[in-house]
Amino acid sequence: MRRAVVSTAATAAGVVLLLSLKPHGAAGPAPVISSGGAAGSDGSASGSAGSAAGASDATPAPSASPTGAGGTGGAGTVRKVTGDAVNTRYGPVQVAVTLSGSRITAVDVVEYPTEDRRDREINSSALPLLNQEALAAQSAHVDVVSGATFTSDGYARSLQSALDRAGR
Amino acid sequence: MLRHAEPVMGTVFSFAVRDPGPDTADVLRRIARRLHRIDAVFSPYRTDSQISRLDRGELGVDDCDPEVRAALAACREVADETDGYFTERPGGRLDPSGWVKGRAVEEAAGMLGDAGARQYCVSGGGDVQTAGGPWRIGVAHPLRTGRLAAVLAGDGLAVATSGTAERGAHVLDPHTGRPATGLASLTLVGSPGTGIARVDAWATAAFAMGPDRALAWAGRRPGVEALAVLPDGTKRWTPGLPRHLPAVGPADFRPV
Repeated sequence: MRRAVVSTAATAAGVVLLLSLKPHGAAGPAPVISSGGAAGSDGSASGSAGSAAGASDATPAPSASPTGAGGTGGAGTVRKVTGDAVNTRYGPVQVAVTLSGSRITAVDVVEYPTEDRRDREINSSALPLLNQEALAAQSAHVDVVSGATFTSDGYARSLQSALDRAGR
Repeated sequence: MLRHAEPVMGTVFSFAVRDPGPDTADVLRRIARRLHRIDAVFSPYRTDSQISRLDRGELGVDDCDPEVRAALAACREVADETDGYFTERPGGRLDPSGWVKGRAVEEAAGMLGDAGARQYCVSGGGDVQTAGGPWRIGVAHPLRTGRLAAVLAGDGLAVATSGTAERGAHVLDPHTGRPATGLASLTLVGSPGTGIARVDAWATAAFAMGPDRALAWAGRRPGVEALAVLPDGTKRWTPGLPRHLPAVGPADFRPV
């Protein structure tokens, strides 16, 4: 069985991403730290719901690469870390980051709320925004970001949680 | 660096401690308990909170925890300090969250300091209090997805941003009852001595003021600087803001 989330792909500029989202209900109650393997729950790789949002200098790069459970972490410096699922007002949000050394190379949304149309409105804008923000923040070497709230905030902190687990 | 993230109060509180000691983990647990207690008392989203019951008339102020009265008094102080651009009844319903969240961040930071930490950063849903430093604080760009409008750096800063990026026009101008639309975001920076409780509440009020009034207001207040991003992307700032900009670094914001 494939246990995968579709990775986001980031350009060197760190602004391009492709979100692919697992079906709702695939909650991962236990935080997972994985090396190379993908975190997530049952189900095959979900269909691509890619969204490369925003800035005019962002170009979709649908080079999504499902990460199989058979991946090996080994002694390589590339690893994938899954953050805690964070319960936001709109539902649970969980992300995973892939690190090459200490640099973020991809951000995966493992879980996000899809309960109703309002949620989708929020997520369709906020999650891609935060994905990009995280990458941009990485390139700017910031410790923390001021300005987020609610679902996107939960997302941001879930990312931060993943970074915490990565020991940054 | 010790990091911890605590989901509470409808958001997540994040902690980063550069000088953790043997007691730090225990202090973080105590802080978490305290934050959940604050939420239980003050959340307007919990029907059983004291704030909700007070709003429905089921409790009087004297029946509530003493810190309810203190918080409501603080809200009125902030309203006075901001020419009435702050209210504990946004939209008519009792909701002192505009004060309570920043106050919770400041209290959490104080608990870390009391436990001996000197280098730490606490964020409550993007409202940031730092101690020691320097810390680099990104300001989310309200219009350009994935970008930072600014990177601030300094020691002991408090930074709060109010904006439309993720919730739309949700801050009401208490004087008109209508959403404030003159700004995309308004960030306030408090120097050491001006904590995040006030900086956060002031940022909400200043957002409702609109750019001209907000920048003039912040410029008059010692220890406070402001960065405004207008709906067309124009950035404006108070004269003292550039001293909070880092000397050098990628993606730094430069006032040009």
